[in-house]
Amino acid sequence: MSHTQVAAAQTSNVGLAQDHASKVNDGGEYLVFSLGEEHYAVDILKVQEIRGYENVTRIANAPAFIKGVTNLRGVIVPIVDLRLKFQLGQAEYTAQTVVIVINIGERVVGIVVDGVSDVISLAADQVLPPPEFGARMNSDFLAGLATVNDHMLLIMDIEHMMTSDEMALMEPAAQPA
Amino acid sequence: MDISEFYDTFFEEAQELLAEMERLLLALDVEAPDAEQLNAIFRAAHSIKGGAATFGFTVLQDTTHHLENLLDRARRGELRLSIQHIDRFLETKDMLDDQLAAYRNAQSPDPEAYAHIVAVLKQLGEESSVIDAPSAPVPSDIDGPSAPVPSGEASAPVGSDMATPPTLEPRPNADASVPLLSVTLMFVADRERELLIEELANLGEVISSSGDEQVCRVIVSTTVSAADIEAVLCFVIEPEQILIEPATAAPPAEVDGVVDDVVGGVADGQVEATVDAGSSADISSTGMEETSSTGAAGPSAATPASGERRSQPGRRATDAPTEQGSIRVGVDKVDTIINLVGELIITQSMLEQTASATTPPDQAALVSGISQLQRNARDLQEAVMSVRMMPMDYVFSRFPRLIRDLASRLGKQVELVSQGHDTELDKSLIERIIDPLTHLVRNSLDHGIESPSEREASGKSVHGTLTLSARHQGGNIVIEVMDDGAGLDRARILAKARSNGLAVSDGMSDDEVWQLIFAPGFSTAEQVSDVSGRGVGMDVVKRNIQALGGHVELASVTGQGTTTRIVLPLTLAILEGMAIRVGEEIYILPLSVVVESLQPQADMLFSMVGNDRLLKVRDEYLSLVALHEVFAVPGAQTQPEQGIVVVVQGKGRHYALLVDELIGQQQVVVKNLERNYRKVPGVSSATILGDGRVSLILDVSDLHRLANQMPAVQRQAEVATESAMPQGAIMPRDAIVS
Repeated sequence: MSHTQVAAAQTSNVGLAQDHASKVNDGGEYLVFSLGEEHYAVDILKVQEIRGYENVTRIANAPAFIKGVTNLRGVIVPIVDLRLKFQLGQAEYTAQTVVIVINIGERVVGIVVDGVSDVISLAADQVLPPPEFGARMNSDFLAGLATVNDHMLLIMDIEHMMTSDEMALMEPAAQPA
Repeated sequence: MDISEFYDTFFEEAQELLAEMERLLLALDVEAPDAEQLNAIFRAAHSIKGGAATFGFTVLQDTTHHLENLLDRARRGELRLSIQHIDRFLETKDMLDDQLAAYRNAQSPDPEAYAHIVAVLKQLGEESSVIDAPSAPVPSDIDGPSAPVPSGEASAPVGSDMATPPTLEPRPNADASVPLLSVTLMFVADRERELLIEELANLGEVISSSGDEQVCRVIVSTTVSAADIEAVLCFVIEPEQILIEPATAAPPAEVDGVVDDVVGGVADGQVEATVDAGSSADISSTGMEETSSTGAAGPSAATPASGERRSQPGRRATDAPTEQGSIRVGVDKVDTIINLVGELIITQSMLEQTASATTPPDQAALVSGISQLQRNARDLQEAVMSVRMMPMDYVFSRFPRLIRDLASRLGKQVELVSQGHDTELDKSLIERIIDPLTHLVRNSLDHGIESPSEREASGKSVHGTLTLSARHQGGNIVIEVMDDGAGLDRARILAKARSNGLAVSDGMSDDEVWQLIFAPGFSTAEQVSDVSGRGVGMDVVKRNIQALGGHVELASVTGQGTTTRIVLPLTLAILEGMAIRVGEEIYILPLSVVVESLQPQADMLFSMVGNDRLLKVRDEYLSLVALHEVFAVPGAQTQPEQGIVVVVQGKGRHYALLVDELIGQQQVVVKNLERNYRKVPGVSSATILGDGRVSLILDVSDLHRLANQMPAVQRQAEVATESAMPQGAIMPRDAIVS
């Protein structure tokens, strides 16, 4: 499959949120967000809600990209800043800062991103396999690539990413002595 | 009606019955068994069998059936019980547990285990018969439970309701001294009526039955009490539908026929078959063994019983005697209520904060309203929490069996003393305390209590004593496992620690030596037994207890025994806390660990090699841990004299924690941090403050460990305390750091 085919088959428009419901196919729907200059997408079925960044309690001795924990209606939810994790964009916290609340199995994690732009549908054949060598992001964390409106869209395997030891969100698989 | 709706009820009740059976078996005096106890054990087995048959759990039904046969003979005095019997019965009980679990998970029970246990029970039946009745030789390949018993003995029920047992009477059912009962069944459909009558036939001899769907009168000749009959029938129908009264009327004509049949059977096989009527028939229907001539001679009346009951849809699950004042509620429902109450408390504390900030005119009314809300919320919360509380008896009751089995396997004599059965503990804690406690008990039996000969040699009583106790102490529950065994062997622990590569010295205090056994992979058992000594022990216990927010303490005196003490918070859900501020951050200290707080003066501070600091409080030197250093809090007070020191108690050891400010005491709702995140060093859990922000609850034991781990250089680049350093007055805080 070539890039031109994918470009021809594109159905949606980064920046426009109206037409996402028009086409649903095997590829599924994705929430598009930006980190710095790059566009990323996550499976919309993993997204619980989108909220602002507020009242985050710092956790001592945690990696810098783990901003802390917040209270999500009585549940304590960790907040990860992907901008810090992947050194993308400026990690500023304003009233416009967005947290995407993701469900990973039974767990709930909030991720800080620069902005949420759209929900798009992608057919399975629009999604290309990720490259073997990633730049900043471990290519294991990418589920695929797609081209939408001449932008490259990196589709995250958010579940794999959040459960990896690298994110330090969960107890390591092997119990330390 | 879908019968599967009642599965859960059956499973619950069967499990309770099994637990009761085990308790009774353990309490049974083998030399002089109490008739009432034997009856109760038999009833439990019988009830399970009845339920299993109703629901078509054939393996469970058949296993209980074999057990029931033996129990029946035991309570009739035909079978002399021995320790071996009890062992086998307990083994069967375990097997029944397994089978029940299998059915509960919609699986088939293990057929091998089933075949094994049936064989064991049969074997037992045969052996007992041979011992009890040497004059009636039995071919060894005959099925055990229906094994022949001389008629004379069989019809002499010991421990039954009979005042004058007939001796050597071959026609027991015709004997006038067997009470006749009239069982009236009301509004019972035909099929169920048949079923019930067959069930009655298992309990005694059905003399007559007449009537229709509305009222059916059954005359039964039986030694079983009315209450027992009712309990059995209640598996199928409601107690209101049953009326049992003594029947005095002369037996109707067909009695003769029935009795003749029975007598015929007795005559042919030289056995009393009626006692085991239902049993032998059931066995032959399982196809597990060849039908012997003796078995075939048994009355066939009960055969359809087992066959039909299986296919019978049955109206109800069990309706066993209801426990007064208790209901079964799903834990998830209770958890929902608890969460809501937690939210209520948070809202209330939020209102309280707002109220104190409003202007005077309205404030008084608002404040009084809120204080009332606070009282109500507290009461409600306590009431709701109590729903989750369970008595420790739930845990303790499983130990008599464990100890009995272990002691006999290890050849030791151990007496179990347990105290504080009524002490209540949160359900989630109680379920998670079982494994660690079991481990400690095993350890005590295996390593602690000596063999009888060793005990005698050291002048102790031959019986070792293991004491389990539970009590409340402040906001904690303290559970102790205490043995009067040999105590921990200091030299051996040290030697083992050295060979494991741990840093140890002979100068270590006993407490420090005892702590070594909590290291992973540590076991001083010279031989790995199947009881303990695999080295996956105490460290797991410690970890489990810590995961519950508690800690483990050890005390041991050589030659006198060891005490392991588990200290746990009463509940995982609510905590009395002290809010403290460091920099801009607010943390919660559990009030139970706070000893005192004070503002340190310069002359109370001493610095030591490696920049460790000590605080002298009265006559005690405490190590000073600065929270802002351990947690790298920006903008915090670095001069101890400017801050506040909280003396806390972690793992039995006091130390001083430096913070900026005490905010106040408040009740907090404990929230799990690990549900969505991971364990944070120095932190046990989190809570939500009145303003909706998350605050972390400190784990003072872990905090101390964390402080010790941090390189002193990193800890204190900036501060050099100027106080005088008393030379040689103070030993280094920790001789070892592992």
